[in-house]
Amino acid sequence: MADTLELEIVTPEKIVVKDVADEVQIPGKSGYLGVLPGHAPLITELGVGEITYRNSSGTQHLAVAWGFAEVLPEKVTILAETAERASDIDTNRAQQAKQKAEQKLKNGGPDLDYFSTEAALQRAETRLQVANKAR
Amino acid sequence: MPSILDIRRRIRSVTNTRQITKAMKMVSAAKLRRAQERALAARPYAQMLTNVLKSLVSRTDIYDPQTGEPLHPLLVRRPENNVLLIVITGDKGLAGAFNTNILKAASRFLESKQGKNIEIEAIGRKGRDFLRRRYGSAAPRTADDKSPVRTTIVGEKVGVLNKVEYSVASELAERLIERYSKSEIDSVYLVYNEFKSVIAQRLVVERLLPIEHVGETDVAQAEEMSLEEKQQAIDAAKGSGVKLRPADTHEVDEAAAKFATAPVDYIYEQPAAELFRGLLPKYVSVQIFHGMMESVAAEHAARMTAMDAATSNATDMIDSLTLVMNRARQAKITKEIIEIVSGAAAAS
Repeated sequence: MADTLELEIVTPEKIVVKDVADEVQIPGKSGYLGVLPGHAPLITELGVGEITYRNSSGTQHLAVAWGFAEVLPEKVTILAETAERASDIDTNRAQQAKQKAEQKLKNGGPDLDYFSTEAALQRAETRLQVANKAR
Repeated sequence: MPSILDIRRRIRSVTNTRQITKAMKMVSAAKLRRAQERALAARPYAQMLTNVLKSLVSRTDIYDPQTGEPLHPLLVRRPENNVLLIVITGDKGLAGAFNTNILKAASRFLESKQGKNIEIEAIGRKGRDFLRRRYGSAAPRTADDKSPVRTTIVGEKVGVLNKVEYSVASELAERLIERYSKSEIDSVYLVYNEFKSVIAQRLVVERLLPIEHVGETDVAQAEEMSLEEKQQAIDAAKGSGVKLRPADTHEVDEAAAKFATAPVDYIYEQPAAELFRGLLPKYVSVQIFHGMMESVAAEHAARMTAMDAATSNATDMIDSLTLVMNRARQAKITKEIIEIVSGAAAAS
């Protein structure tokens, strides 16, 4: 059995990550999963959250919003709407998005789309969280 | 007859024009190459998504076993009363007949849907300007709107084609899906210039909603390039580093085909039906995104061809002007010699 995993993260625009990993953590819709080499085949939808993978060159973090993952004993493939490496995240923008969403939730009103605003808030928070880890 | 000086001036001006068209051709060729690379980079996601959906279709009931009704709102077919058409054109002109052809195809499609409520989403400035002049814009209609039949522009995106971003497509798709689910619209079509390679292009009208078969494009109307257009494109592609054949996607497709379809028993964290529901809307966004990217590539290719033709026309013009100029100069010299000779003859 192989002792590493092949990891591929694909977004609509390009392949973001094609790497080898010792361990991958993915934000499944029903909770985070840790994947080690030899994991049973699994298919899951991803929620908003953070993908973490570790290999010989260190630990990497990515922020994802909605995705779909296939886990095989030797390979993890992730389809994600957006996947940003910690270093590529624009913290100012995320901060602004967070404030805007918070403001909207606070003001309420009949026009408020609670779910999408809440999701936007969550995305912004995840981004900030991931970006902070890069430092 | 114009003087030699006048002709020389014209030649200079045409030479300048030729320089510009030549530069524009080179720029378009470079942009086309980049657009093709981007389209290639986007392929794995689209392929994987399609494959997963296809395999999920076989694992879930998408139709209610008792009533035969589709279980997903995007699969529901309704009588077509309210049609939405997405028109993708370019933001800029000087691309030959590129924009005109798309708008012609769009008009023809609209004629075939006469008597129905038609709403248009315009992507690209050229299309928007034309359609706005013709139909005018208005707010989208709601489900209980009973106003008479009309054609209106309900949305426009301008300046998004310079750098095609997925978020633009997904935002548009989300809006369409929501309205489709509420029965505000009964079908969605997309008209754009399909681009496989410089010589394999088609003007197509594709139906996005309702989805009939996942993984198959539902083409409602298509138009191939003419032979003459192909020849021009071949000429233009020569020496500009643009390949005539479509890029080899075999390897990518093969790898993508393996996604989530390995012959093993997967653990499904969510029921297959739920996964299907989550993935299907993405399929719509991917199709729009794909259309936008192909259209951009086609636009650059069209501009490259147009500018190549302009360059060679300018060369022809310079040649013929040079000929006229030489003739004029010769005539002048001859005249002068005659004057000298007859002057000398008179003096002796």
